[in-house]
Amino acid sequence: MNYLDETYRVKVGLAEMLKGGVIMDVTDAKQAEIAEKAGACAVMALERVPSDIRKEGGVARMSQISKIREIMATCSIPVMAKVRIGHIAEARVLEALGVDYIDESEVLTPADEENHIWKRDFKVPFVCGCRNLGEALRRIHEGAAMIRTKGEAGSGNIVEAVRHMRTIIREMKQLTVLSPDELMAESKKHQAPFELIHYVHEHGKLPVPNFSAGGIATPADAALARMLGAEAIFVGSGIFKSSDPEKRAKAIVKANTHYQDPKAVLEASEELGDAMPGLDIRTMDESELMQTRGW
Amino acid sequence: MATIGILALQGDFAAHAGAIRRAGGRPMEVRTAAELAAVDGLIIPGGESTTMLKLMDYYGMFEPLREFGRDKPVFGTCAGAILLATEVMNPSQASLALLDMAVERNAYGRQLDSRVAMLSGHQLGGDEELEAVFIRAPIIRRVGDGGVILASYQSTPVLVDFGRHLVATFHPELSADQRVHSLFLEKVRP
Repeated sequence: MNYLDETYRVKVGLAEMLKGGVIMDVTDAKQAEIAEKAGACAVMALERVPSDIRKEGGVARMSQISKIREIMATCSIPVMAKVRIGHIAEARVLEALGVDYIDESEVLTPADEENHIWKRDFKVPFVCGCRNLGEALRRIHEGAAMIRTKGEAGSGNIVEAVRHMRTIIREMKQLTVLSPDELMAESKKHQAPFELIHYVHEHGKLPVPNFSAGGIATPADAALARMLGAEAIFVGSGIFKSSDPEKRAKAIVKANTHYQDPKAVLEASEELGDAMPGLDIRTMDESELMQTRGW
Repeated sequence: MATIGILALQGDFAAHAGAIRRAGGRPMEVRTAAELAAVDGLIIPGGESTTMLKLMDYYGMFEPLREFGRDKPVFGTCAGAILLATEVMNPSQASLALLDMAVERNAYGRQLDSRVAMLSGHQLGGDEELEAVFIRAPIIRRVGDGGVILASYQSTPVLVDFGRHLVATFHPELSADQRVHSLFLEKVRP
């Protein structure tokens, strides 16, 4: 894959612009306005936030087009929207609509349990979730221009996002100290294309921005994700399922920018009400997990 | 060696730091007024101008930044250019208003209209075309007194020299070409 390809550079370029920011899940124009006013660098349009999808069950699909249009008309920041894993047609619809980024997301019910979308064929850029380096590199090879950890969406529990970010960073560090003759075996182990394994061996990082998602509910959660190496964060249910969305959105934006300054994170954490209710991942049934969707 | 501050509230500040290093300067991330006081010149990077405005507001960075720009060089790219303009359109919003120009946000359209263009006829020296990466870019609709247009694309200015300050609507930090960052380094005296 040619990483200097013009279309690909423009796709990664927008991800570069979102670095250091907070991307917030919104379900309608009113929430989008709150997000933009609080300082979100982009919004993610979806039909229900992950914790509601979890609660209500059923099939979660791409958001209603009228809702996405309404959100696009409301804010001046980039608008992303989710499609089901492998749902090429939903992705083509969102591309025709002109959204700025598509999230091929495990939060929605997968349309294809074997294959992800071949994203290189699209002009619109894609972000995909991952739990480890191999998964990240497979998605990048398919054309994803941004990677995010999956975490466990809608859980209000940061533990899975931490596990996934720790895993990717550790696996990347390990590749940098190996010698070239060990890389083919690594490619086999990670089930990832050799060229990308080689890229990480040389650069110590992914060829695209590496963000964090899934379970961020408090300003300190945001700071933790950044400390562990996330270049920006996605916050889903954490904002609009809390008792004070406007204040919490602002507080998370503040803590995210000043994550290296504990006093700023302290100040951001003060005077907040209740965070969203959280779930203990260890007591959850395997079938309730969203992170195991896709591979 | 001059220290180049890069406003790191949000955006592609890391890419600018790399470009400054390649051009022979010393970059430093700036998030507070105290850090701003330690640098000789400042880059306001690409990113979301609304997000940067909020964070400037939350942490009282507005006045220190305006003060800084009154006697030290500032280079704004994309969102940075929007924040430096006296007039912002689509929508109208607050700015540092350091440079007499009018800028229209997202003027080419959404991400699907982002592009890479090769610019000829620029005033940067050398015959080589200048690569310009436009990401949801703004368009400069008016350049006031004191602005010298160094490069244009589709008949609108995309790189303007304001003497002490410099603005680009594209992202030289995403290209290998160092000429634009070198030009800014020349403006900065330690």
